[in-house]
Amino acid sequence: MSAKLANRIATVVIIAVAIFIVAILAGLLGYILVRGLGHVSWDFLTSVPQSIREGGGIGPQLFNSVFLLVLTLLITVPLGVGAGIYMSEYAKANRFTDFIRLVVEVLSSFPSIVVGLFGLLVLVHYFGLGYSLFAGALALTVFNLPLMVRITEQAIRAVPKEQKEASLALGLSRWKTITSIMLPIAMPNILTGTILASGRVFGEAAALLFTAGMSSPRLDFTNWNPFSSNSPLNPFRPAETLAVHIWKINSEGLAPDAAEIAAGASAVLVIVVLLFNFTARFIGGYIHRKFTASK
Amino acid sequence: MQTKYEINDLKLYYGDFMALKGLNFSIPEKSITALIGPSGCGKSTFLRTLNRMNDMIAGTRVEGEILLSGDNIYAPSTDVEQLRKRVGMVFQQPNPFPKSIYENVAFGPRLHQKLDRKQLNEVVERSLRGASLWDEVKDDLNKNAMGLSGGQQQRLCIARALAVDPDVLLMDESTSALDPISTLKIEELAQELKEKYTIVMVTHNMHQAARVSDQTVFFLNGEVIEADQTGQLFSNPSDKRTEEYITGRFG
Repeated sequence: MSAKLANRIATVVIIAVAIFIVAILAGLLGYILVRGLGHVSWDFLTSVPQSIREGGGIGPQLFNSVFLLVLTLLITVPLGVGAGIYMSEYAKANRFTDFIRLVVEVLSSFPSIVVGLFGLLVLVHYFGLGYSLFAGALALTVFNLPLMVRITEQAIRAVPKEQKEASLALGLSRWKTITSIMLPIAMPNILTGTILASGRVFGEAAALLFTAGMSSPRLDFTNWNPFSSNSPLNPFRPAETLAVHIWKINSEGLAPDAAEIAAGASAVLVIVVLLFNFTARFIGGYIHRKFTASK
Repeated sequence: MQTKYEINDLKLYYGDFMALKGLNFSIPEKSITALIGPSGCGKSTFLRTLNRMNDMIAGTRVEGEILLSGDNIYAPSTDVEQLRKRVGMVFQQPNPFPKSIYENVAFGPRLHQKLDRKQLNEVVERSLRGASLWDEVKDDLNKNAMGLSGGQQQRLCIARALAVDPDVLLMDESTSALDPISTLKIEELAQELKEKYTIVMVTHNMHQAARVSDQTVFFLNGEVIEADQTGQLFSNPSDKRTEEYITGRFG
């Protein structure tokens, strides 16, 4: 076979594979959106679910998903950015550092159902948190923290050495150099990485079944006291998220329109995750242009 | 002329490798000293000992001493940040921060001392004038520094270094990434700056060393072969290896 022919065949095969992948994605998205979007309305997004009658919505679940994400980020962003800075700037290249890196990798690839059961045993029962947003946020931290560490470490490492040296040569301390030069330059990458990682948190179900729970109390959206049991802001109340809700009504939903609700909720979930992706791209591109003064 | 730097038996190791093999010479103040030699001879490594930028590289070890105005900068009591404030550095590639022109120059002074807006404006203007850049950028101070040409960026980096009020300026092949006209501007600038600052420059370009420097130091394999007045070194080198290098026999 001549080199030219081999090249042509390889090109065709590679293009075919690429088209196949795009087709799968387009098919999946199309199927979910076509099935679900018809059911999505303002009323669907804001009303409470019904257990037996039809016409239930996903309002509390949507709120729970967003609130849980915020709680998780409140825990993981400071810890993850701090650890990432340590790993990239302070940790010496030795076995201990390699070991930390290995632990972080293993942590991020834990099966989520195992993390969920671990959360049930340790957080919910042993520490007595009960089914709560807080327990859910801690379970999600197990996946999200390693991602944040890696995102930050890589973003800081990607800062050109010249920039770092320029700052040090002006007599700035290492810490000042990190906070006033390296972090701002790394920020677009950290930000886009965080938003992408948020997509995973938003869609996670298995780890939340036994931690954040499969029920939501009657929430009073006019009560903003975070210590009150029916306040949406109370982090110690059970909170069924959107992804968990989809799983639940699909497997044990009694409402006659359970299938439509699951389809609608799936469409909403997919759209939100897509929004995360597009936002990440947009913000990353915008800040990059601002930093490099390119058009 | 007063001595600015005195180097006494300076040895530098990267792990087990001895990169500088016991250097002894001095650098006079308010003049331009050029460091020349083939690639890998240790001239850049040496330059980076003068403001202790080698500290960043893991596994570096320094023996001997470098006296800056009489004080050993490798003494344990040395405040490295204060040293680097006194000894500015301009790098091979222009490396302005991705901020506005104003912010680039104001960056150092703002973090080192408390200045009000007016004082800061004065420092920025004085530094940009010092680097012969003021007239070109005075209307665009809020524009991003990344939009400047390479030569302008390099002069901005000089202005940024001047803004923290150093008395030494180290230039690490600072014109090698620039076109000939920008190079000439930086060379002229160096001539003006030596009135106030001690300048030490590493250069690959022997013509540049001959053109702009007052003293020249010839490095080879981690040793100083010859250090002399530039005219003397180029017209009548005392070591055979110096003569071979400057006549283009190797390197």
